Amino acid sequence: MTLTAITDAPVLRHPYRLLRPFRDSLSAGSRNLIAYWRVPSLLIFTTIQPVIFVLMFRYVFGGVVSLRLIPYPYVDFLMPGIFVQTTVFGAIGASIGLATDRQSGLLERFRSLPMSRSAVLGGRTLADLVRNVFVAALMVGVGYAVGFRIHVGVPALLAAMLLVLLFGYALSWLFATVGLMTGNPETAEAAAFPIIAPLVFASSAFVPVSSMPGWLQAFAAHQPVSVTVSAVRALCVGGPTATNVAEAVAWSIGLLAVFGPLAVLYYRRST
Amino acid sequence: MGTAIRAEELVKRFGSVHAVDGVSFDVAAGTVFGLLGPNGSGKTTIVRILATILHPDAGRAEVLGRDVVRQADEVRYLIGLAGQFAAIDPNLTGAENLRLTGRLAQLRGRVARERAYELLDRFQLSEAADRPARTYSGGMRRRLDVAAALVQRPAVVFLDEPTTGLDLHSRNELWDMIRELVAEGATVLLTTQYLEEADRLADRVAVMSVGRVIASDAPAALKAQLGNTVVEINLQHEVEAIRAAQLLTQATGTRTDREGTLLRLSSPDGTRVLLETVRSLNDNGIAPTTLTVREPSLDDVFLALTGQRTTTVGTDDALPVERTRR
Repeated sequence: MTLTAITDAPVLRHPYRLLRPFRDSLSAGSRNLIAYWRVPSLLIFTTIQPVIFVLMFRYVFGGVVSLRLIPYPYVDFLMPGIFVQTTVFGAIGASIGLATDRQSGLLERFRSLPMSRSAVLGGRTLADLVRNVFVAALMVGVGYAVGFRIHVGVPALLAAMLLVLLFGYALSWLFATVGLMTGNPETAEAAAFPIIAPLVFASSAFVPVSSMPGWLQAFAAHQPVSVTVSAVRALCVGGPTATNVAEAVAWSIGLLAVFGPLAVLYYRRST
Repeated sequence: MGTAIRAEELVKRFGSVHAVDGVSFDVAAGTVFGLLGPNGSGKTTIVRILATILHPDAGRAEVLGRDVVRQADEVRYLIGLAGQFAAIDPNLTGAENLRLTGRLAQLRGRVARERAYELLDRFQLSEAADRPARTYSGGMRRRLDVAAALVQRPAVVFLDEPTTGLDLHSRNELWDMIRELVAEGATVLLTTQYLEEADRLADRVAVMSVGRVIASDAPAALKAQLGNTVVEINLQHEVEAIRAAQLLTQATGTRTDREGTLLRLSSPDGTRVLLETVRSLNDNGIAPTTLTVREPSLDDVFLALTGQRTTTVGTDDALPVERTRR
């Protein structure tokens, strides 16, 4: 049994270099998924938080939100907001996870390996996507339990979920960038909140934008969370969808186009 | 055999700090090269440049004839790195950690698996193979980390302070591993703060201080040149210490350094100096509070080379990459 034996190394390698980014992303992503399996509290707390939001907004604040502004039950207004809010909050995990990896020295090892430079990020965001599929399904179930009903049909609901997952995926890259920039889990978490709070609360997620003061409406109506929530809501309760969905997809693609390359750049530079 | 590692005038700055300031050396294939220096002397930065993690600001470096910047991907197929902290995923088991590293080193799945179990066995981690690494002791983590660096059978291995924080037993085991690696043909570059470690393992040692190599030689030659046996005597009062210093310089023919109540004599002929010290103190009725004899440390080498103690040379806080992590 030998520790090295240098000469036989090349024959052990995978032959298809072009597939390397995908293969490496799957390997790296499996690591992040195993973490959910090994540390169940991670997944439990990720799912308890949105459930609490559903109950809180449905039963505590729900009565206050003026029904004059919404022509259908508040719970049907609320749940699309919850779907999107859940993925936004969940995306902080990418930030904390990558900051932790950078601090622990794991990224240093990965960067000395002949692996794709985008694989650590590709794997992390892929694992987040898998988690979001699970959480989104759970939220639909919880929504049904508290009275949420779709007005259009199952295909439209599935389209809405795809939109939520696409937005969540784009946000994973945004928060991955934040995590790599900070390089410290506590700072990464603290840095994420000021980004998240205005996006989630100054949005159409929980209350109609028309209930806000005029100066806030301009921001609240056009920021990515509101745009995505509007598209998801249109797909769930009916109404004009084409423009809403196109805008939402454009936001997600735009975020990916900016933060995908930026995250890889920070990965290459992180020490 | 030829040259495995070549560094030519490497420079790396972080802001205004010259972490590495014109470092050159060659490492012959199949040998162990030791970078010896205190925190902040630039050792880790050099390892990171050679392991393709950092780009040098000036100068160049090669690993087995491949440029670490322009042919970084090729270099990565040839090297193994165990960085300053144990770079393992605490949620994965030992076996999973090694398999993951193997797959990311582009080994085929089956090969990565076999290699993982082979290394777990070799590093005496078989029993803990299927336990999450977060349950491992410090020594086990370190062994797993070094094992991960060897997954792809690298021809050149970088070990950044591999034994820092290890107990004596684990340290000796790791030393044996390193010797085996070299016996099988690998080239090892290790960094250390311990003269003894460099002495035991390295064929050649470069002593570093604030980003520069200040001495480079075989460890035996370095020791002969700088490293003397040190006799340290602590006395009750400073007045007594001053008197004893004069007495001892006369009695032993060796310069006696004094820091407060602490006297230090350093000599290649340690036994004779010790005997004469004891005799002279006894004859003059001086009773030291402590009397110690020790082999030369990095600190002593530094004192001899730079006239400064290591604690005043390193600028730990100013260097982002060389903070002590354990």
